[in-house]
Amino acid sequence: MINKILASVEEALADVHDGATILIGGFGSAGLPTHLTDALIAKGARDLTVVNNNAGNGEHGLAALMKAGCVRKLICSFPRQVDSWVFDDLWRAGKIELELVPQGNLAERIRAAGAGIGAFFTATGFGTELAKGKETRQINGRDYVLEYPIHADFALVAAETGDRWGNLTYRKTARNFGPIMCMAAKTAIAQVHRIVELGAIDPEQVITPGIFVKRVVQVERVRYDPTPAKRGEEK
Amino acid sequence: MNRYSRDQMAQRVARDIPEGAYVNLGIGMPTLVANHIPKDREIVLQSENGLLGMGPAPQAGDEDYDLINAGKQPVTLMPGASFFHHADSFAMMRGGHLDICVLGAFQVAVNGDLANWHTGEADAIPAVGGAMDLASGAKQVFVMMEHLTKKGESKIVKRCSYPLTGLACVSRVYTDLATIHITPQGLLADDLVEGLSLEALIKLSGISMQARLS
Repeated sequence: MINKILASVEEALADVHDGATILIGGFGSAGLPTHLTDALIAKGARDLTVVNNNAGNGEHGLAALMKAGCVRKLICSFPRQVDSWVFDDLWRAGKIELELVPQGNLAERIRAAGAGIGAFFTATGFGTELAKGKETRQINGRDYVLEYPIHADFALVAAETGDRWGNLTYRKTARNFGPIMCMAAKTAIAQVHRIVELGAIDPEQVITPGIFVKRVVQVERVRYDPTPAKRGEEK
Repeated sequence: MNRYSRDQMAQRVARDIPEGAYVNLGIGMPTLVANHIPKDREIVLQSENGLLGMGPAPQAGDEDYDLINAGKQPVTLMPGASFFHHADSFAMMRGGHLDICVLGAFQVAVNGDLANWHTGEADAIPAVGGAMDLASGAKQVFVMMEHLTKKGESKIVKRCSYPLTGLACVSRVYTDLATIHITPQGLLADDLVEGLSLEALIKLSGISMQARLS
């Protein structure tokens, strides 16, 4: 019998090694798998390369992971936010490396890794600093830049419902990077708010088919105020 | 000197968005455009974080932490709205499906080059988000910005001095002084703020333009 459900986040992260590349879902706090990132901190993971759209908000989730010194390099599209002071301080002190990627390239590079694509040409970024040194090609009169996939050891995502085969549904805009990150990692781990019997998710409504997911763990729902926090006033 | 207020600028952008358009509003000033879309016009707003059919901000107390816009502010859904993952969201931009995007800018050049992601200063944290995807992918790129910097320099320039977001991509600039159309014939200005002559606008901008005949 296939059973991808694990009892705890600690068990789900047991084989995460120092130096791993980890895709972490979420756009701001929506879809950020905070139970899993908290467990990474508790585990004392080091030297991680983390891929996320942002660079953490306030002092929870990804920000806490960086503050704890777990992250060596961040690959992201939009680090600068009103409540990204943890990253800002680390970056200005030269304690974290940043690879800045246009958001659509970030998404497509992750998708490409999951779909077995070796590289792809995109018009995004052509002629800009972010395409400097990259191979370009003119195709049918339009200029393109060659971009490579982002492969990862692990993906940590927050989904709404899961079953023992690893089928997932998401909630509203918390879906964001979840489905493509599950595809791109060797081991995708989903924290979910509800675990249901096999067959209980309508097959028409499955967003991430179980083949892309290795582990599912149930966690309590935590509510983060979506409005930016102020330094020293973390909600 | 008279200037259009931010709401008046947003109103002018909203007026020019046609019925049936799929539109992405950038974070910051462009977000205001949503408040001015005429009630009798059906326009579908896209949010890069995986939402089509975005509605206005919720009533206080009705915020949902899983339902936010690109600026991470809580929003609501319009009837007919849909959710999708990030690769699909950016396929809407990159695949040329989006009719209009409205972006803020540091500078726009006479050839339509856009600079809006980085000041290039050593201490400035660079952040690009979806700006480069929108600049190269949307069918039309509108820019909304103040005409002059705080020091009084024109933000419409011969050549951008800030790092570029996209090449020759902007078709129209809405400023607090006028609307500037970027055309193969050069810059055409209309909708000048009351009391401002074309000659005065040209002098402030340091760039030649002609009156747009409507």
